[in-house]
Amino acid sequence: MIRIVLPAHLRTLARVDGEVKLDVESPVTQRSVLDALEARYPMLRGTIRDHVTLTRRPFVRFFACEQDLSHESPDTPLPDAVAMGTEPLLIVGAMAGG
Amino acid sequence: MSTIRVLVGTKKGAFILTSDGKRTQWAVNGPHFGGWELYHLKGSPADPDRLYASQTSSWFGQVIQRSDDGGKTWNPPGTKPEDLMGPDGMPKGESNMFLYDASAETGQPLTTHQHYDGTQRPWELKRVWHLEPSLTDPDTVYAGVEDAAIFKSVDGGTTWQELAGLRSAKGHLWQPGAGGMCLHTILLDPGHPDRIFVAISAAGSFRSDDGGKTWHPITRGLKSQYELPDPDAEVGHCVHRIAMHPSRPHVLFMQKHWDVLRSDDTGESWQEISGNLPSDFGFPIAVHAHEPNTVYVVPIKSDSEHYPPDGKLRVYRSRTGGNEWEALTKGLPQQNCYVNILRDAMAVDQLDPCGIYFGTTGGQVYGSADAGDSWTAIVRDLPPVLSVEVQTLP
Repeated sequence: MIRIVLPAHLRTLARVDGEVKLDVESPVTQRSVLDALEARYPMLRGTIRDHVTLTRRPFVRFFACEQDLSHESPDTPLPDAVAMGTEPLLIVGAMAGG
Repeated sequence: MSTIRVLVGTKKGAFILTSDGKRTQWAVNGPHFGGWELYHLKGSPADPDRLYASQTSSWFGQVIQRSDDGGKTWNPPGTKPEDLMGPDGMPKGESNMFLYDASAETGQPLTTHQHYDGTQRPWELKRVWHLEPSLTDPDTVYAGVEDAAIFKSVDGGTTWQELAGLRSAKGHLWQPGAGGMCLHTILLDPGHPDRIFVAISAAGSFRSDDGGKTWHPITRGLKSQYELPDPDAEVGHCVHRIAMHPSRPHVLFMQKHWDVLRSDDTGESWQEISGNLPSDFGFPIAVHAHEPNTVYVVPIKSDSEHYPPDGKLRVYRSRTGGNEWEALTKGLPQQNCYVNILRDAMAVDQLDPCGIYFGTTGGQVYGSADAGDSWTAIVRDLPPVLSVEVQTLP
């Protein structure tokens, strides 16, 4: 079971509270997790990554295990702790004023 | 007695202001979608409880929201409340995509437009600036987007198809202005169901007479002496807003980057009507609900000084279709006022006397229940106002 923490605005959009838990088949990667997330919450399509290119939106970050994984390849396996569900994948809106 | 519903889009959410026909006591409801930019909200003329909203964010992109109950509840189109809130917790909603048409039949070769540096760049969706519901069908709605294009939905906003012929109107020459290459104005001609007018910043104004299949620039008479190398160019003019009266759709009024203009031939030619305005720079322009020759603008000092001249917030009204303008100041700040009024942030109601409303970048929404003779602040401290639309409900 993969644990995902969404930013507040996307929790509102998806109408979820707290962490999202998803079953994702191995290998667990950014791509496979986001595919599963968007399949279950289709209203999130286009909000984390581009509808067509599937590239990460510029002001979205992926953190896990105190690491910034935003610039990793979408097909790189996520840390074991994320794949085992002991640590969540954090999807974060980048810092900005305003 | 009638009810007035004012739909206000701001940089941090949407607000709905309601009053009875006296327009003296207002209820303020919101924020809806707090923290998101609400570029525009508009109700369907065919079903006033059907509202569309453009919800956008630099972080999370573009979402279209729809309400079927006058703004009490909202859902991304293509969803139903029971789908989203089902007992199994498994939402089935679909977000909505705006995919530029790249098909061989209608989308080619319009794959790029000019960029600031002179290179050609692909069209990329930034946001939806304006939503224009059909005059007759609640499920049909048009969207004006950045990078400039027009999309149409016939299923209540669930799916969108680009009317790609617009980009054939010299789209390769369009380039973004400082505010982005946005299609911000869509006017539907009530007398000719297939006629659509649009305006695009730094590109110009365009008309289709066949439901959006083909388009041509309508810019003859526009002059942009300091903005374009060829002041009379067919495309490239920074049109800020176009307005019409539904009883006289062949007459158009335009607020351009500089200049206020009028066309009496469905946009084929334009004449300047700036007359005695203290500045002919500005963003919104609106027409009185019952007097097709009564027009409103809000002069702004200059292209780099986006605030009223002399710190005095003045709406200007012409009862003669232009050239002769009177300042409307009663109830508006006449000192130290340095707000702006954006292009989609002024609208009129349908009551008699006509009500007129506008929102400012300072967060005020002003209303007049006497056609502009006097004004009151309905609300003063909202986030910067991006858009104002008005519904007159029976």
